[in-house]
Amino acid sequence: MPAIQPITMPKWGLAMEEGILARWAVDVGATIALGQEIMDIETTKIANAFESPVTGVLRRRVVGEGDTVPVGALLGVVSEPDVPEVAVDDFVREFLKGFKPTEKGEATGPVPETIDGGRRFRRLKAGPDTGLAILLLHGFGADMSTWMFNQAALAEDRPVHAIDLPGHGGSEKEMADGSVEALAESVLDYMDAAGLDVAYLVGHSLGGAIAATIALNVPSRVAGLTLVAPVGLGPEIAGDFIEGFIAETRARKLRPFIEMLVADPAMVTADMVEEVLKYKRLDGALAALRLIATANFAGNTQRFALRDRLAGIKAPTQIIWGESDRILPAKHAAGLPAQIQVTTIPGAGHIVHMEKAAAVNKAIAGVG
Amino acid sequence: MSKKSYRQAINEALRQEMERDDRVILMGEDVAGGTGAGGDQDAWGGPMGVTKGLRPQFGPDRVLDTHLAEMSFVGAAAGAAVTGLRPVVELMFVDFMGVCFDQIFNQVAKFRYMFGGKAVTPLVIRTMYGAGLRAASQHSQCLYPIFTHIPGLKVVLPSNAYEAKGLLIQAIRDDDPVIFFEHKAMYDDEMEVPDEPYAIPFGEANVTREGEDVTIVAFGRMVNLANEAADSLAKRGISCTVVDPRTTSPLDSETILETVEETGRLVVVDEAHPRCGMAADIAGLVAENAFDSLKAPIKLVTSPHAPVPFSPALEDIYIPSVAKIEAAVRATLAHDHKVAAE
Repeated sequence: MPAIQPITMPKWGLAMEEGILARWAVDVGATIALGQEIMDIETTKIANAFESPVTGVLRRRVVGEGDTVPVGALLGVVSEPDVPEVAVDDFVREFLKGFKPTEKGEATGPVPETIDGGRRFRRLKAGPDTGLAILLLHGFGADMSTWMFNQAALAEDRPVHAIDLPGHGGSEKEMADGSVEALAESVLDYMDAAGLDVAYLVGHSLGGAIAATIALNVPSRVAGLTLVAPVGLGPEIAGDFIEGFIAETRARKLRPFIEMLVADPAMVTADMVEEVLKYKRLDGALAALRLIATANFAGNTQRFALRDRLAGIKAPTQIIWGESDRILPAKHAAGLPAQIQVTTIPGAGHIVHMEKAAAVNKAIAGVG
Repeated sequence: MSKKSYRQAINEALRQEMERDDRVILMGEDVAGGTGAGGDQDAWGGPMGVTKGLRPQFGPDRVLDTHLAEMSFVGAAAGAAVTGLRPVVELMFVDFMGVCFDQIFNQVAKFRYMFGGKAVTPLVIRTMYGAGLRAASQHSQCLYPIFTHIPGLKVVLPSNAYEAKGLLIQAIRDDDPVIFFEHKAMYDDEMEVPDEPYAIPFGEANVTREGEDVTIVAFGRMVNLANEAADSLAKRGISCTVVDPRTTSPLDSETILETVEETGRLVVVDEAHPRCGMAADIAGLVAENAFDSLKAPIKLVTSPHAPVPFSPALEDIYIPSVAKIEAAVRATLAHDHKVAAE
C-alpha cells in the first residue's frame, strides 16, 4: 500500500456527478480504520456516511464541510504516520494539478444495457471480463441501484453483474408467475444469456430466496452464496410495509414506508422516494409487485420456506443481517446449520448493504 | 431511460398509446404537414414538430391533418369520442379555443352528465399556452383557468418532460375530456424520461421541494421558477415547500392545505392573469380552510391584468420571475401580526 493515499468523492449510482461533503467525522491527526465512517456525503439521490476505503492517519481535509465537489475530487489525504508534512503537501499539489473533473452529462463508468434472456433484462456489468463472476440480485420493489455502494468495490478484481429482476426496474414487467421458483428460472435464463456457467450469487431479501433456490436446484452453477436478510427463514414479514409500498402513490405518504427499510431515516432522500414512485408508475410494475406479493407474502406471512432446506445447499453460504431490520427480523438468522456463517451488523436495517456497505463488501470479498 | 425533450416526451407518449390502442387517433392543423413542407407529408410534424414521425408510422387514417376551422374538427373529434374512438386533437394555440367553446363547454363537458353517465367522452385536446416567445397578445395567453371553471373537463399542466409523458398517457387513457396544456417555451427542455410507458394519476400534486417556512404553489412552467427560487432561498436559510398540483381539475386540495398547515405561509405563482385565475382560486381555498394556520397574508405572483405585450422589454417584465417569487416569499416572512395590529 502506498505511504500516502487520497480520499476522493465516491461515485454512488449511475447518475452521480457531484456530491456535498456534509460533515467530517474525523479530525486531522486521527487514525482511520478501513470501513470507518469518516464523513457524511449527500447527493440529490441519497445521503449516507462515507466509509473509509483506506487505513492510516488523516493528514489533510482538502474539502470543507458544506462544499459541493465533483466525483473523483480530492476530499482528504491519509498517510502512514511517519510521512513528513512536505511530502503530504507535494501529494496534494500533484493531485490537484492532475485532476480533471468529468464534464456534466458525460457518462463515467459502466452503463446499463438491455439484454435478451428469453425476456428483457436490464443489467449493469462492472469489472474485468475474467474471473469468477458475482451476480447481484436485489429485493422486492428494488432494482440494480440498490448495489450502488457495493458493485464497484466488489468489481475491482472480478466481473460483477447487477440485474433488474423480472417486473422490476428496466426489465420486462410482464410476468405470469411471481413465485420464487419462477423468478429463479428467469435468473437462470439470464445466466445462460450472459454466458455465466457458474457465478457467486449475492441476493438481498427476495433476491436471497432466489439465489438460494438456484443453489438448491442447480448446484453446479453456484460457486457460493451471500444472502443478505433473505426471505424464507421465518414466517414474519412486515405486511404493512408490503401493502404501503404497493399502495401509496404520493411521496409524502410513501416516505414512511421507505424509511422502514433503514435504521436511520435521514438516509432517505426525496429523490429516493421519487425513484420508487417513478418505477411504480411504469406500465405493468404494480401488477408485477402484486403478483409477487400474493405469491410470497399473502396474509402477512412468508409463503416461501427455505430454512429446512438450507442444509442441502452445497455451495459455501453466508448470511448477513442488519440488527435493526424492520421488514424481516434479524432473529431469522438464529438457529441455522453450523456450516453457514452468520454476520449480524448493528446500526443497520433491512438494506444493510447500503447502510453498512464497507462491512458487507468486506464479508463478500472474504469468501466470494 | 434517456434524456428527452418536452417535445420528444409528448411524441413518445402519443406513439406508445397509438401502438397500444388502435382507437387512439390524432387530428389537428398541420399535425402531419406543416408550413414549408413543400407537399411532403410529415416534413414538419406540426408547427412545433411534436407529432413528427407519427403519420408515416400510423398512416393517414389515424393521423388526420385538418382544415383551419377549430369548431368543426373539435366537434368531429367530440363525436368520434362518444362513438368509440379516443381522439387526441391538437388545437395549436389555446388562444384560438374561443371559436369552439360551444363544442367544448356545452357538448364535450356535459355528455357524461346529461346522458346519466351512459356516455363517456375520451377526448384529449392538446394546446400551447404561455408567454416568452415574442408571440404577442393573441398567441401567448394562459387560458387554463377558464377550462378549470367548467365541471366535466379535466385540465392538465405538465411542468417538465417527465411529467408531460406520464400525464399525457393518463389523459389518453382517461374516459373524460382532458385539456392538456403545453408551455411553448418548454419544448426543448430536456431531462431523464423512462423509455417505457407510464401514467401519472390526475389530482395528485407533486411536492418538488420540502421546506418549513413558506409553501409555494405553482402551475406549469412556473413550477421550475418556483424550484429555482426555493433553491436560491435555501442558500440563505429560508426553506420552502413547492407544490406542483399537476392538474387544476381535479385539484389536490388536500396536499395544498396540508403543506400550508405545516408552513403557515403561502405564495401562489401563476402565469395567468390575476382575476378569476388559479392564484385567486388557491388563495380562496386556503383562506376558507386553513385560515387559522396562516401566519401572514397570502401573496400572489401573477402576470398583470393586461394583454401579453408584444414589446420584448415589456413581455420580459410581464411574466412572473424568480426574483418576484423570492420577493413574495420574503414579504410573507417579514410580516408580523403584532406589528400589523398596532
